[in-house]
Amino acid sequence: MTLVIEAAVLGVLTGGVYALMASGLTLIFGVMRIINVGHGALVVLGAYLSFALFRSLHMDPFLSLVVTMPVMFALGVVLQLVFIRPLKTDREALSVLVTYALALGIEGVLGYVFTTNFVELRAWYETASFEVFGFHITWVYVFGFALCLTILGALFLMLYRTSFGGAIRATMLNRTAAQLIGVDVDRVAAIAFGIGVATAAAGGVVFGITNAFNPGSHYDLISRLLTIIVLGGLGSLRGAVIAALIMLVSEDITQVLISPVWANFVFFVILVVILIVRPQGLYGVRVRDRI
Amino acid sequence: MRKPLSMIVAGLALVLSACGTSSSNAGGSPAPAAPITIGVSLSLSGDFSGDGKALQQGYDLWAQDINAKGGLLGHRVTMKYVDDASSTQQVVTNYQTLITQDKVALVFGPFSSLLTIPASTVTDRYGYAFPEPAGGGPKVFAQGLHSIFFVQPAAVEDNLVSYTKFLLSLPSDQRPKTAAYATEDDPFTQPQIDKAKSLLEAGGITTASYKVYPAEATSWDALALQVVNSKADVAILGTQEPDAVAFVKVFQQQHFNPKSIIETTGPDQGKDFADKVGAKNTEGIMVPAGWTSSAKAYGNEKFTIEFVAKYGGAFGDISADAAEAYSVGQVVDQAAQKANSIDNKALITALHSGTYQTIQGPMSFDSVGKPQGGVGVYLEQWQGAQAIFVYPSSVAAAQPEYPKPNWP
Repeated sequence: MTLVIEAAVLGVLTGGVYALMASGLTLIFGVMRIINVGHGALVVLGAYLSFALFRSLHMDPFLSLVVTMPVMFALGVVLQLVFIRPLKTDREALSVLVTYALALGIEGVLGYVFTTNFVELRAWYETASFEVFGFHITWVYVFGFALCLTILGALFLMLYRTSFGGAIRATMLNRTAAQLIGVDVDRVAAIAFGIGVATAAAGGVVFGITNAFNPGSHYDLISRLLTIIVLGGLGSLRGAVIAALIMLVSEDITQVLISPVWANFVFFVILVVILIVRPQGLYGVRVRDRI
Repeated sequence: MRKPLSMIVAGLALVLSACGTSSSNAGGSPAPAAPITIGVSLSLSGDFSGDGKALQQGYDLWAQDINAKGGLLGHRVTMKYVDDASSTQQVVTNYQTLITQDKVALVFGPFSSLLTIPASTVTDRYGYAFPEPAGGGPKVFAQGLHSIFFVQPAAVEDNLVSYTKFLLSLPSDQRPKTAAYATEDDPFTQPQIDKAKSLLEAGGITTASYKVYPAEATSWDALALQVVNSKADVAILGTQEPDAVAFVKVFQQQHFNPKSIIETTGPDQGKDFADKVGAKNTEGIMVPAGWTSSAKAYGNEKFTIEFVAKYGGAFGDISADAAEAYSVGQVVDQAAQKANSIDNKALITALHSGTYQTIQGPMSFDSVGKPQGGVGVYLEQWQGAQAIFVYPSSVAAAQPEYPKPNWP
């Protein structure tokens, strides 16, 4: 039983990291109705930027976010302007191709600059832990979870307490109607894409401290992140958080209770059952097709 | 139509001049044989990229050496590498392309049993000899192919035999009572763990935990927690490098200090491993190894000196993968000389008989390419931030540290 509780705690803490990484992806989908298959590569890029600062300036990975998040925000805005905005028709399908090409490009550049060897971010707190009821909780997961809460909290505040957040939500609900009431949807889309990419940098740091990664790590990452946002409901921030927790907790408990081999299977059973009951995901909005 | 005489004479002159050239050449030094290309699919990206790069270094160094002494039976060697991204599908495509389109003269093996198994079915179909440095799992030999030659001192499932002998040789009051096992479901790692488990159980060491996890897993924390919770005296782990590092970190986080930790791969990666877990955290961690930079085997001293000169670093930083790749070239060189040919059929015949000297020691191969070296795989342990042989005593450079010191 102790082991199950320990696995559940670990699942919640790592689930927070995945929630952070998935939040940008779901935000981008919500605003622009595009599937950013390159989001995993952007997370890995964020991890590498922190790695570069750590290697050259010995900058603490969490502290490096002060540099990497603005850089990634700017990169996100540029990517949106150059690659996404020109897509005028069939955006959902074309965006998959464009962002996949983007992912391959990022992987290639990272492989050239950093080689394909696995690397890890190092910090004093990666192996330091404190004891709670006989279980050692690692500081890095606590810091990661705190970062996740902070950034997700800031995202919620921005979405629900600011006029720009109102513009984003209006665009998410109905792009044309938002335009009609004077929302500059192109500007909203560019900034939302930038914010999504900046959160990828934050997620990348925690991912990079808790996992060995290389330029090819984005393949596994994007498949997990897409599954999370589908379960949570495409475009729903709250759904992404809950889905990430369900994924990681169910996987970790299955690992210790049954077998690691069944961990993914059990999660996908949960996913299928939920999608049968709620095809739009946990917090997704049901969209009626035009007749 | 009659051809003009001048044309006939010119044609004759050309033929005669050609004869003259060949006869004058026959009287002088022999013409250099045509250059050849050796094709290899390497994991330059993906899970095995660290090992793939190390293999490339070993192959490149061998090619440099063989060309410096005039080539492989006089054929200048060029290596052609293609990235398989650690994928079992891509590795098949790569060898198919190397053989049918690039028409390489010879092929050398990729990294891991996982990739060697599908690759060998292709190379065997085309009649190519397949000397390979890193595919030694039982499933490789279970195929019954006569073209495979695993260039390591022992079959993979025997890799942890030295370790089990070491544990069982300890005085009864020090000998561990329980062991926890966790391994990837990989044809390289799992057979080693399963054999170690059966030997230790037969020796009276109880199994506290045994878990097999998918090779594609990317998170090992919950799994490592199970090993921690087993409170076993020793942790025996069937890992590649990323999970090897993850286990060490979780053990540290949880203040889990078993008397001994051994990992099948990871700690053999020299500086790369020390950089990832922190040099001071490596103390006491063990790994099975068939090669060490200080070994007195055939050509090893030359290899280590040249390696450091070409790639930098220290002797202790050289990956065993690079040494295994270099050995592949040594074996092929000797087989070519023995057969006086680089024809694949002749090489296969030659490799099935005789003993070949390598930097890992002498070895020969049975009918399915299993090594019959008799050298065995030794036990290496990190001591003072470097990995050194500690068992058996015939090769040991230091006494084994047992129990392993607690985490710093």
